[in-house]
Parts: sequence; structure tokens; C-alpha cells
Amino acid sequence: MTRDDLVGYAVPAFTLGCGLAFWEGVVRWYAIPPYLLPAPSVIIATLFSDWGTLSSSLWVTLTITLKALVAAVIGSVTLAIIFAQSRLVERAFYPFAVALQVTPIVAIAPLLLIYLTPALAVLVCAFLVAFFPLLANTTLGLSSADHNLVDLFAMYRASRLQQFTFLRLPSALPYFLAGLRISGGLALIGAIVAEIAAGSAGQGSGLAYRIVESGFRLNIPRMFAALLLISVAGITIHVFLTALSHWLLSDWHESERGREG
Amino acid sequence: MTKIVTFPSPGGGASPAKARPPALATFRKVDKIFKNQVMALSGLDLEIRTGEFLSLLGPSGCGKSTVLRLLTGLAEPSRGEIVWSCERPQFGFVFQEPTLMPWSDVFTNVWLPLRLAGVSKEKARPQIEEALTQVGLSAFAKAYPRQLSGGMKMRVSIARALVTRPQVLLMDEPFAALDEITRLKLNDDLAELQSSLNATVVFVTHSVFESVYLADRIVVMAARPGRAFAEISVEAPPIRSEGFRMTAAYAETCRRTSAALHESMGETPASELSQ
Ligand SMILES: Nc1ncnc2c1ncn2[C@@H]1O[C@H](COP(=O)(O)OP(=O)(O)OP(=O)(O)O)[C@@H](O)[C@H]1O
Ligand SMILES: [Mg+2]
Repeated sequence: MTRDDLVGYAVPAFTLGCGLAFWEGVVRWYAIPPYLLPAPSVIIATLFSDWGTLSSSLWVTLTITLKALVAAVIGSVTLAIIFAQSRLVERAFYPFAVALQVTPIVAIAPLLLIYLTPALAVLVCAFLVAFFPLLANTTLGLSSADHNLVDLFAMYRASRLQQFTFLRLPSALPYFLAGLRISGGLALIGAIVAEIAAGSAGQGSGLAYRIVESGFRLNIPRMFAALLLISVAGITIHVFLTALSHWLLSDWHESERGREG
Repeated sequence: MTKIVTFPSPGGGASPAKARPPALATFRKVDKIFKNQVMALSGLDLEIRTGEFLSLLGPSGCGKSTVLRLLTGLAEPSRGEIVWSCERPQFGFVFQEPTLMPWSDVFTNVWLPLRLAGVSKEKARPQIEEALTQVGLSAFAKAYPRQLSGGMKMRVSIARALVTRPQVLLMDEPFAALDEITRLKLNDDLAELQSSLNATVVFVTHSVFESVYLADRIVVMAARPGRAFAEISVEAPPIRSEGFRMTAAYAETCRRTSAALHESMGETPASELSQ
């Protein structure tokens, strides 16, 4: 690690530390009761004491998010490939795509709860939210191969399948991965929102449900602890998808340039 | 409408006209009108002769790229015809940009034309290695395009065009995006390559100097609508090298070519103004 790296890590760590110390200080100085604003130390203590419940909730939320994301990847890539076969199919789906894209999907969570079991409604909501950025990006990616390369393939009489596997799919990969990073975060949001909607009906056991439940019981430190875990889940997903993208593109794509120094 | 002017060859000790090689492809009164009613070519008559190095020179938009696309069959003439003296040959194509697949290493990029023809990597290996040697990149088979300089990427692009041992090599302003030094170097290398290649080359360029240095014959095109305007044959040693740039014949051919180019654009050539 070079000096620059050290400074690069030390500065944000220092500001984070300062922020937390300030928070702790304010809470202690004004003797704010934990049911209004718990100090960071209390939140950490709650995290340890309630770890059993919270960790299983974290697991539930992460599993739902991941399942939704995998389903969204399979669904959107399949649909994007179908779109890529014919302009007509793409146009036929166009009204649905536009309607679903401009509607904030989380708004249909209450509706889903009427039609589906709460657990399934949460999954479907997370899936829908994650689906459209992936579909839009992959569709764009599949149609944005270098036109000179498309000509070259035609000149060498490449079959449709060859053009697709050797040219369109790899061209679409960076677009797909950008969509995946957006959708990863959105799937978590979808899962949380749907769970909050379901949680008020007394269902579920994910992190959002813990927040709602702690709210009812005025257990504010636990609410903060659950919130912290949601952030951790979000960060984990982001880091994982960024690493995946780096691993797949580092050899060739401009967006990954310069990371290897 | 179409007028092909053949300038007399420069006097002096020029060898008597060599036996004229047979035509490989002939454009007969070819029109190309695009869907948006743009007339890219109008009544183009053009002969491409077996084994020659033909340079197409002309202002932007005169239809040079369109001629190459018509040759490969990527586009069809709207009127007129292109007559081939043999079966449609194997082509190699080099674009202005290297147009490589960034996700594949150099070896796989050069493999592409053979891969599309169903040749396995192992079967193709000798040919790929030969093509990489021809462009001086045998040490870079495993590199990815983004690790290479602009000139090296262009060489990979040329290797990819050569790997099928094409009878006809089509190059569309291949060096236009390169710096002057790299460009001169690649011109020399291409001149040397051509002499060992035995292929017919059609080379599109904006540069008078490049076309005179490389070509056996230059066809100057005019724009709006695109047509052949003048033809200049270059008398030069069979293998071009740096020394050719210093000769009077080179300077004279450049002057005439430049004059024809200006005339094709409807301007009075500068050299005549000064006389
Ligand atoms: N696919 C197309 N659709 C419509 N018009 C086109 C198309 N391709 C080329 N043209 C037009 O035809 C004319 C000739 O184009 P072409 O690309 O052959 O010119 P060029 O001589 O290669 O020009 P440059 O030197 O700029 O590459 C131009 O006016 C261009 O705008
Ligand atoms: Mg062009």
C-alpha cells in the first residue's frame, strides 16, 4: 500500500469517526433518552444483544433480494434476446414497457398483497423493481454492437447465431452489468418497501418487518440496529456486483481502466 | 457525364507500358441511390485490375466507402452493374478505425474470419501466426486491444484482413486516424507487404502523398454525385521505399494528382495559379 492509498482510506475513516463521536457526544451531553435518539454505542450494544433475531432477519432480506435479482436477470435477459430478434416484437411490447417503466413499481406493493401471499408479494415486488433497468440496459446493449463489426460479420457470411454469440452478447455485457448494479440496489429497496407494506399487516420476518415492529414497541435502538444492517446489506450487494463487473470487464472495458494501476 | 482522363505517363526513361493486367471487376455505369434519396454514385465506370494497387482518392462524401461496400456485396448498385471476371473472390477489409473486438485478445481477433468459416483455433493457428508475423506482431498474440497503441491496433486489423489470404484487400482510409510518424511507417510496411502478397488492393485515402507513394494507379473521384473524375498511373519502382519519396517522378506525380483533385472539387489548382 502506498502513502496515497493510506491517505485515501484514512480520510474517510477519520470523517466517519468524527461524525460518530459527535453523535455520541451530543447524545451524552444533552442526555437524550435512547427512545428518542440512541447513541452509536447503544446501537452497537443492541446489535450484539439482539443478534439472534436481527441476523435471521438479515438473512431473510438478503435471500429475498438475491432470489428477486436472479429471477430478474433470467427474465430480462430472455426478454431482451427475444426483442433483439425482431423489431416487431419489441414494438409490440413497447406500451407495457413504457407503462411499467414510468410507474414507480413500489406503488403496486399493496395491490400485490391483495393478490398474493405476503412472502410471495415481497418477492414479486423486489423482482419487478429490479427487472426494468436490466431489461432496458440489456436491450440497448444487444443493439449497440459496433456497426463496422456488424458489416464485417456480414461480409464473412456469419450466421445469425455466430453474430449473436461472438458479437452481440459480448457487446451487451457492459450494459447488462451496469443494469445489474442498478437493479441490485433496487431489488433491496423493493423488498424493504413491500415488507413494510406487508409488515403492517403483521407478516414477514425480514429487516423491514423488524423496523416496523420495533417502531410499534418504541424500541428505537433496535430500529437503528436493523437500519444499520440494511445499509450493510446494501453495501454488500453493491460491493459484490462491482467486483463481479470488474472481474468480467477488467481485461477490456474502458470503465474498468486504470484500476490495476 | 463520366469522364476518365488518363494523363500521359511522365516522360524520360519510363519503361514502355507493361502488359496491362486483366480486369478483375468492372463497374459499368453504376448508380447508388440510398433510401433517403442521396445519390452517392452516379454513372461510375471503374476498372479494378488483377494484382494492382489501386488508390481511390477524393473529397469527403464522394462515395469512396460506397464503392468498397458495393465490391464486397454489402450493398447493391441501384442501376448499372459490377462485372467480375471470376467468381466473387475472398475479401479482406480494413476500416478507418481498427474495429477490433475489445473483449478478445489479439489472437482471437485475428482468428475471427476463419472462426466464422468454421475453422477451429488449432487448425487456424499457423495461418494466424503467419498473419501476425506479416504485420510484425507475433509477440503480442495474447495482448488485449486496449493494451496496444493506435498503430499496433491497426496492424492487428490488417492481420485479421490477411488471415484468410484474400485475393482482394479493401482498405478504407486505414491510416487516417494515426499520427504522421506511425502513418509513414505503416505506409512503408504496407508497400513491402503488398509486394509479397500477390493480392489486389483497393486503398481509399484523402491523402495525395499516401496514394502516390503506395499505388500503381490512382482514380480521383468527384463528389455530388460521386463519379470517377481522373485517372493517374504512377511510374515507380516495383517495390516502394523511402527513396521513392525523394525522386522527381514522385514530386511530379503528387503535383498532377493534387491538381486533378482540386479540379474534381471545382477549384483552380494552386500550382496553376502560381504559373
Ligand atoms: N447508408 C447510407 N444511407 C444514406 N446515405 C448514405 C449512406 N451511406 C453513405 N451515404 C451518403 O452517400 C454519400 C457518399 O458516402 P461515402 O461514405 O461513400 O463517402 P466517402 O467518399 O467514403 O466519404 P468519406 O471520405 O467522408 O468517408 C455521402 O453523401 C453519404 O452521406
Ligand atoms: Mg468513407
